[in-house]
Amino acid sequence: MRFRQLREWQLALPLALAFTALFLAPLLLLVGVSFYNDDKISQPGFASWLKFYGDPFNYKVIGDTLLLGVKTVCTTVLIGYPLALVYLDLSARLQKVLLFIIVMPLLLSVVVRTFAWIVVLGHEGVVNSVLMSLGVISEPLKLLQTELGLVISLTQIEMPLMLLPLISVMSRLDPNLRDASAALGASRWRTLFTVTLPLSMPGLVAGCLLVFASSTTAFISQTVIGGVRLIYLPLVIWQQSLVVYHWPLAAVASLSLVVSVLSVVAALSWVGRRSGGYIHG
Amino acid sequence: MSGPGMSSMGRRRSFGDLTYGLVIGGIALLAVTIIVAPVIIVLMTSFTEGRALKFPPQGFSLEWYQQLFDPVKSRQIHRTAGNSLTIAAWSTLFGVVLATLASLGIGRNRSRLARVADSFFMSPLVLPGITFGLAALVYFSVLGFRPSIDLMIAGHLIVTMPFILRTTTASLSQLDPALLDSSQSLGASWFYTLRRVTLPLIAPGIAAGAFLAFMASIDNVPVSLFLSNARTDTLPIRMWGMMESTLDVRVAAVSGVLIASAFVLMLIMEWTVGLTRRMRD
Repeated sequence: MRFRQLREWQLALPLALAFTALFLAPLLLLVGVSFYNDDKISQPGFASWLKFYGDPFNYKVIGDTLLLGVKTVCTTVLIGYPLALVYLDLSARLQKVLLFIIVMPLLLSVVVRTFAWIVVLGHEGVVNSVLMSLGVISEPLKLLQTELGLVISLTQIEMPLMLLPLISVMSRLDPNLRDASAALGASRWRTLFTVTLPLSMPGLVAGCLLVFASSTTAFISQTVIGGVRLIYLPLVIWQQSLVVYHWPLAAVASLSLVVSVLSVVAALSWVGRRSGGYIHG
Repeated sequence: MSGPGMSSMGRRRSFGDLTYGLVIGGIALLAVTIIVAPVIIVLMTSFTEGRALKFPPQGFSLEWYQQLFDPVKSRQIHRTAGNSLTIAAWSTLFGVVLATLASLGIGRNRSRLARVADSFFMSPLVLPGITFGLAALVYFSVLGFRPSIDLMIAGHLIVTMPFILRTTTASLSQLDPALLDSSQSLGASWFYTLRRVTLPLIAPGIAAGAFLAFMASIDNVPVSLFLSNARTDTLPIRMWGMMESTLDVRVAAVSGVLIASAFVLMLIMEWTVGLTRRMRD
């Protein structure tokens, strides 16, 4: 029995070796490289950290990056949550169709989804041509290379990440709870805010985490739709590493991205665990 | 109880329910539109006769698809698509072997060490892809490797393997341990039980994970961005370049092909292994 246990455990060794050599070692090296002063990686020191955090511009970039994540989370919740509510009320057959529609964009390349929004938001794109033909506007709106356009695009691009955990949690809730709430005279709004919403908190928090982590690091969408004037951390990392070739500074920027995103994620999941206790009765 | 009180309450409730239906239903409809419309619009645009990405598209032609499939004019696109398929196939194959072994080894092990190892193996899903991409570039350069397809396969293996590990471990945990016990008590060896009982039962889980990993590899930008050079670049990187410079309508045609293949593959996976159910749970 003991022998079998040992043998089974050893089956994970090849993957552990691959991950140590190809994942853990590169990340540790990245931390090490950040403590070098020059782009030749020859002088150890703290100069790269001091340079990055001595520049007020980089604080603005970090702030903008986190804010972009917050805005995207808000729009995906506002638009995604009602869709999850409607999913609950559908027949099993329609639920399958809707789930397929929700998952489909996830398997579509991010590049394709980003490209789609160029076609929709462009100067001669769908939004402008519809609004112009309706006479709402006389000149095309500038939607590409604005934060508004980027948040709209990211809302669609990240939507499946919000909906999957939300639907997963909500479809496990006992439908009798909602019926009981209605039978006791609560309006549908009141049932939503006092029964469904608190009970679906774990799914909502999980969705927010995924959307936040994904939208703050969405390099392609940020650069293609945001353009070069909207600067977020992934663009700084890319410029420092593949344009300027200053790897220590790029390492500092990318470690800052990891720490700032993961600390927000950790804070959110702490709030999520706390709110798990907040269920009436 | 007086009649007027009841009726006014009834009216108030139905008014609330009406607004609930309008607001929630309206937003849900908006959500479905936002999810689906960009995809349909790209498909429509790819059949345009014009040379620009205008909406509504001018006329109907297959010109851009002809250009796309022209081996001379679109040589670069074909080469990068070949790279993408090669990298995705090999990284998925290695991922399936390593993740299945690891899952059999520690998937049902409740010890603390096994849980830590499991979170370690899943962590590429949380870590910003661009950070791992940069770390891998620095690591392989320091070790003296030149950019090659092999390095791309190694990088993609790390970021796509968690999808396989997750679905495989999930189907293992649903496996009835009594089946394994009875197989062994009937005298079957450990390996015979694995081959004839365990693997056939978890095969759909492995297949669903392999599909997700393959699609994630085809889609990957952050790792390819750092590990590829002009010879080993992939289709998304090439499309990104085409989107950043001149807005070539062939991008719409490539998107059309990708949308169609993702749709067909997803239908097949839905029928064979119940893909969306596995992604929801």
